[in-house]
Formats: sequence, structure tokens, C-alpha cells
Amino acid sequence: MNMLIRSIVGLIILIVLLIVPHFLEFHHQDLLIFLTINVLVVASYRLVTLTGEWSLIHAVMMGVGGYTATLLFLNYELGMWFTLPTAGLLSAAVAALLCFPLLRMTQFYFLIGSFAAGEAIRLVWIQFLDPFGGTGGLSGVSPPMIGDIDFMDPIPYYYLALTVVSICLFLLYRIEKSRVGLTLHSVHWKAPLAESVGVDTWRYRALAFITGSFFVGIAGALKVHYIGTITPNQYGIGFMVFILIWVIVGGYNKFYGPIIGVIVLTMFDESIRGFDEIRPAIYGAVLILSILFLPLGLESIPGKLKAWFIGSEVVEPPLTDE
Amino acid sequence: MPILEVKNVTKQFGGLTALDNISFHVDEGEIRGLIGPNGAGKSTMFKNIAGFYKPTSGDIHYQGQSISGRKPHQIAEMGIVRTFQETTLFQEMTVFENALVGCHTRARTDLFSAILGLDKQKQRQAADKVMEVLEFMGLSERRDQLASELPLGSQRALAISIALVSEPKLMLMDEPFAGMNPEETNHMMELTRKVRESGITIVLVEHDMKAVMGLCNYLTVLNFGQLLAQGTPEEVRSNDKVIEAYLGGAN
Ligand SMILES: Nc1ncnc2c1ncn2[C@@H]1O[C@H](COP(=O)(O)OP(=O)(O)OP(=O)(O)O)[C@@H](O)[C@H]1O
Ligand SMILES: [Mg+2]
Repeated sequence: MNMLIRSIVGLIILIVLLIVPHFLEFHHQDLLIFLTINVLVVASYRLVTLTGEWSLIHAVMMGVGGYTATLLFLNYELGMWFTLPTAGLLSAAVAALLCFPLLRMTQFYFLIGSFAAGEAIRLVWIQFLDPFGGTGGLSGVSPPMIGDIDFMDPIPYYYLALTVVSICLFLLYRIEKSRVGLTLHSVHWKAPLAESVGVDTWRYRALAFITGSFFVGIAGALKVHYIGTITPNQYGIGFMVFILIWVIVGGYNKFYGPIIGVIVLTMFDESIRGFDEIRPAIYGAVLILSILFLPLGLESIPGKLKAWFIGSEVVEPPLTDE
Repeated sequence: MPILEVKNVTKQFGGLTALDNISFHVDEGEIRGLIGPNGAGKSTMFKNIAGFYKPTSGDIHYQGQSISGRKPHQIAEMGIVRTFQETTLFQEMTVFENALVGCHTRARTDLFSAILGLDKQKQRQAADKVMEVLEFMGLSERRDQLASELPLGSQRALAISIALVSEPKLMLMDEPFAGMNPEETNHMMELTRKVRESGITIVLVEHDMKAVMGLCNYLTVLNFGQLLAQGTPEEVRSNDKVIEAYLGGAN
């Protein structure tokens, strides 16, 4: 029964995803593509946070993927089939190198350390005009043409992005539900207990950081192939703050929490268009309200509703460990 | 043959000497009691053995090999597992998941086999091992309950289950009987004996004298970081220094 409901829900979601661009105007089709890519950004960020460490370098790692794809495309005319995975691998490699200084730190120090490392990378992009193009960045990247299909059009590109992101989400989900995911959780909730049965906590924190960077690197490549240009500012702290808001508002205890967060807030963002001056204030208010009234994020709403209907107590997992 | 040798171990915290030149050894197959009043240095001793602290000086040998200075996970991999004085569990995981974490080194998995599902056989063996241990500890009925929802006795049993699943050779148990009622204590004593019979050497830190005297074949007594006495339970019970420092104070 449960299985049947799941299949039906899954089928409905699939159909909606497939037909939705045909009902949108051009501007919204654009937005839909960015949203699809941002879903991968937050889902991969969740993997990093599974071990309990929140980084401020995720946006920059996306940029590493973006620059990789850009340089490969501009200098060697390599297509997306090559630039996408390579962007992921290079982000992962940069993350692997950063593990050595960064993972000596935990908690607040890790947060600040990751921010500093990210700014250092952005400085490299800004300072080295060749090959990174400085503040102005690089442009001229284009999506592929396959036969008659021009992926410059939003609808084909949306299907392409949807396919790539779906595969990545599937892989991320598999990782989280496997024993590897269980071990990552164990490192988060009680590192000493995990160590006492042989878990190398350093290795698992590194694994989460490197794998998360791999997937966000792919997201970076997906983005640059669509918009065609890349600048250091696209991946600055501003975008990082958005990632954090999406994840916090959506909730980070479940796989789908951050995904709901980015979808709902993107739609919300669209609906307050035209109030441009007070938009930051509205955002701030939403963040504060959601922390006050939904500390576990949007993902906790179904449980709350269920409890409200049945009239039982809500069992909420603790927010932090002691 | 000694499975564990503690050689002249000293541990200082700033000016405080928590362990002062301690030496003793534990033979294979023992249930060794490590006792002493509050603050004697028992937990500190365990943390040094399990690699959570590094001795200020001295050496610790396990199966003839020096292990001091190794990381906790390396020592765990060699077969030493410690349980914690405060109940330490993954509160938001189920009983089954808690114990499954214990499989970490025995049924290791990696990212690629996890994604591709290549290690189904290994995962099934891990699950079997977990169920066997939960059965043994009387927790199999509660396998899908959250650890945080268990009564205290079961929480303690689960902490030991996590350790057992890792198939240790030497178990360091820090006050497993704390806060238990007499019935739970009796049950846990029974289980501890069964653990020993399955071939695991045990070092037991415990304040419950009935449990200590009933279980241990040999006792090592610490007081203020010093080795106060060693001997059979009878010898220790009649040792004047021990009575003065510990039993006298407790009664
Ligand atoms: N990390 C630490 N830093 C400073 N002092 C410590 C630390 N850990 C333990 N101590 C001190 O070392 C001494 C021994 O502590 P320990 O926890 O080993 O005692 P114990 O024998 O386990 O006592 P109890 O029976 O109360 O558990 C105590 O005086 C304690 O305050
Ligand atoms: Mg203690």
C-alpha cells in the first residue's frame, strides 16, 4: 500500500517536472533551470553538513567547477560530456587538498577557516587575469548542439539539467542511506563513541567534504554552460548566504529538507518581485520567523500536521548534541 | 600471557597528576576489576589505554605491541573497545542502527560499493551479527525503537551491544552498573559473565561492590592516581590500606 502511494506520488512528480516548462514564460523557464541547479547545490551541501560541520566554502567550490568547465571549453573546445565530470573531479581534488589545513579545525573555527580558504581561491581568480580573467571573469561558454536540438533554448537545457541533477540526487540519496551515510551521522552525533568502535572521524569528515564538493562542482559546470559567463562575484559570500538560508529554512535533518527550502524560497522570491528595495528586509524577516517558529525547517511541517490530526505529541529530534 | 601491560604510566593535567607511575598487567580471559574512590584516576586510565589521552610518560602494550600514542580508531581496530561512564549512544538512531555502527571495522564498506550496492553479502552478514548481539543482550524486540526512548537498563545494554558488535578482544567497561536497580544489576552480571565466556577479556571499573566481588577474579585498586593494592577480592577486602581509603569511606 505504502509502496503504491509512493509510486503514484513519484509518478506525479515526474510528470509535473516534465511538463512544467511548457506552461511558463521565457523568464520563468530561465528561473526553473537555475532552481534545478540550486537543488543540486543544497543537496550536496547537506552531505557536507552530515558530519556536523557547516562550511562557508561551498559556493566557491561550485565556482571551481564552473571555472574548470569554462577553461576546458574555451581552451580545448571540450564538450559538456567531458567538462561536467571533470569539473566535479577538480572540485573534489581542490577539496581534498584543503582537507589538510581545514579539517584540523572544528565548529566555529572550521566555519571561519573555510570562509578564509574560499576567499583565497576567489582572490586567485581575481588576481590572475590569465587564465581566469580577473573581476570581469570569462565568457563565451555555450551549451552543446546535438543534431537539431539547440541546448541554448531553455526547454532542452532544462531537460538536460534535470537529467544530470536527478542522477546526482539519486547518488547522494544512496550514499546517505548506506552504511557510509550512517557512519557520517555517527561522526556528527557522538564522535568519541564512533571512534571507540574504530571510525576514523578525520577520514569521514574528509569524505563528506570531498564528495559534497564533487557534486557542487558539477552544478557549477551546469550553470556556466547555460549562462555562458563566469565571474568571481557569482560565487562570493552573497551566494553562500543564500545556500545557508535555503538549507536552514528547509531544514537539514532530512534529505528532502534543503530541497523544499530552495524550491519554496525561489517561488517566494519570485512573488515579491517589484518590491526590490525592501526585498532584503523581507528575506531577513522570513529567516527570523522560520528560526523562531520552525526551528527544524519546512520539512517538519508534515510531522506537525500529522500529530495535530492524530492529536499526539510531536517527537522532535534534538537540535544539537551536547 | 598478558593481553594488556601498563608500564609506568603517568598522566598529568597541568599541575594535577591523575595517574602516577602506574604499572599492572591483565591476562587473557580475566574479568579484572579496576576500583578506587571517586577521582582515583580509573576513567583516565581507560582513556589512556583506548588512545583518547596520550600518557605523559610510560608505555602501554597490547598483545606485546606498544599502543600508546595511537589514535582511538586504530586501537579499536586492534580489538580494544571502551564503553563510556556516562551513557553514550547515538540518541536519534534506532537500536539497530546504533549497533550497526559497531560493525564499522569488521564489515568495512566504501563509497563506491555503497552507491553501487556491491557489498550486499557483507551488509547482510553485518546485519546478522547485529541481530545476534541484540538477541544476546535481550534487545532484539526493541530493534526499531529510538535509543533515546529506551529505559536506562536497556540503554546500558545497548552501549555494550555496540562494543560487542565490533568483536573486541579486550573490553574496557566504565561503570556499566551505575544507576541500575538490583534486578538489572543481576541481569547485567549474568551478561558480563557470558561475554567473558565468549572469549573476551574484560577490565571493569565499578563502584557497585557486590558486582565487583561477584564478577572479578582479581582487583587493581587506585587511589589519588597511585596504585594502592592488587590481589584477589578476598585479599583486597582485608587490605587495611584499601579499607581505609575506599571501603571504609564507602560504608
Ligand atoms: N581532562 C581533564 N582535565 C583535567 N583534569 C582531569 C581531566 N580528566 C580527569 N581529570 C582529573 O583527574 C582525576 C581523575 O579523574 P577520573 O575521571 O579518572 O576519576 P575516576 O577514578 O574515573 O572517578 P569516578 O569514579 O568519579 O568516575 C580527577 O581529579 C579529575 O578531576
Ligand atoms: Mg570515572
